[in-house]
Amino acid sequence: MTKQDKNWKEIAPAGVCSKSSITFLTGDWKTYTPVRDPAKCTRCLLCVLYCPDGAIHWRPEKGDIEFDYNFCKGCGICANQCPTSAITMKLEQE
Amino acid sequence: MQKTVKQEMMALAGDQAVAYAAKQSDVDVVAAYPITPQTIIVEKFSEYVADGEVETEFVCVESEHSAMAASIAASATGARAFTATASAGLALMHEMLFVASGCRVPVVMAVANRALSAPLNIHGDHSDSMAQRDSGWIQLYAENAQEAYDSIIQSFRIAENLGVLLPVMVGLDGFTLSHTLENVEALPDEVVKEFVGVRKFATVLTHEGKTVPFRLDPDNPMTMGPIALQNYYFEFKRQQEEAMKNALDVVQQVNSEYAKISGRSYGDGLVEAYRLEDADVAAVCLGSTSGTMKTVVDGLRQDGVKAGLLRLRTFRPLPVEAVRSALANVKAVAVMDKCMSFGGNGGPVFHEIRHVLYEAANRPYVVNYIYGLGGRDSSPVELRSIYENLQGILRAGRVETPIQYLGLRG
Repeated sequence: MTKQDKNWKEIAPAGVCSKSSITFLTGDWKTYTPVRDPAKCTRCLLCVLYCPDGAIHWRPEKGDIEFDYNFCKGCGICANQCPTSAITMKLEQE
Repeated sequence: MQKTVKQEMMALAGDQAVAYAAKQSDVDVVAAYPITPQTIIVEKFSEYVADGEVETEFVCVESEHSAMAASIAASATGARAFTATASAGLALMHEMLFVASGCRVPVVMAVANRALSAPLNIHGDHSDSMAQRDSGWIQLYAENAQEAYDSIIQSFRIAENLGVLLPVMVGLDGFTLSHTLENVEALPDEVVKEFVGVRKFATVLTHEGKTVPFRLDPDNPMTMGPIALQNYYFEFKRQQEEAMKNALDVVQQVNSEYAKISGRSYGDGLVEAYRLEDADVAAVCLGSTSGTMKTVVDGLRQDGVKAGLLRLRTFRPLPVEAVRSALANVKAVAVMDKCMSFGGNGGPVFHEIRHVLYEAANRPYVVNYIYGLGGRDSSPVELRSIYENLQGILRAGRVETPIQYLGLRG
């Protein structure tokens, strides 16, 4: 416990978050990273819909998708769902 | 003193009285799943919805776990949510009950108390709600259909009080109350609506640095009940304990405010002392049994026995001071449990009352009577024998059998 932790009288009820999760980079957790082959990708956006972390974005200005590796936990659901096998999971150190 | 309002006498079974109270309490969402002996509550309420008598959103869910989940979610958005269940249904809610209290959502739930399987039994005892004792819910137990009606209305005020913000369950004994027709005095709709009022909100500081009402709102996003590990979980639990302590005062305030409009009060809201002032022997019980016990006490008094009764209306939070002061001069106490705590050396109410009396200046003899499991009837003659045994303890100056089973063969 650190000194800045508040006592029970000072905190909001029900665990209401005092900080945004934007600064908590859960992408650090991953072992495997999704890597896409743009040539195989048909931009069907199934991966965008299936990503449980909202870490794959559709960028209309680019007409393309973009992975947010700060929040991708490397679960591999996108690779599993991809109908053209355009996404492969690679070990981080590779 | 404010004049009480004119009320309508209605013939209602306990379940119907509960549904009627919920209808009058301006409830926004009801999410429920039917289970005997609570079924009539949900059935009746769905009729109100179908007939357009309420503006409530009625959610037919696929289980009690979902009923509680939907009630929590509705309440978290700021809606007034109500549900009802019993027995196995309450057991299935177990996980979500802790989520409700942990998220500090003021859901109100009626529990038509019923035995738990196995063997299967649909009749009344307190095994279901006693098993949820530590779920962080306030627990009230009604003596009759009238009190079930009154307690539901009062519960919204208790739960939604900003010093409390805890869910409340109101127990009514299965069949004995849930399915038995009684004369119930009902307040006019507008009086109940004014009494329960519009839900108010505490304010919290969100992750965006804004101070906003404590409810889920897309314009002011916040996260309720997320992960809290070794560094914060304990603090949130301590807050819940404080809320329970605050509820002791709030239950009393609401009881006396309600008395002003209805003319009805239930002791101080926490406990009801019956002929205890000069009693030597007393029983402590919950729920509908107290009605019979009062008649038994009257009979004993006529025979010159200084008998009394303490009815625990509020079981959670446990009214420690009220119980201790009500029993201060009693010499022998029988605590009645319509529930077993297997291997626990007595039932749950016994444990707690004896725990309270440990600090008493003049500690009385305290014995336990387990009774009425699976809806077994307890006759006035049997109940009277409890007092006769207490007199025997006083004469002998010792307790021979601290835990007894009333009306059990063998």
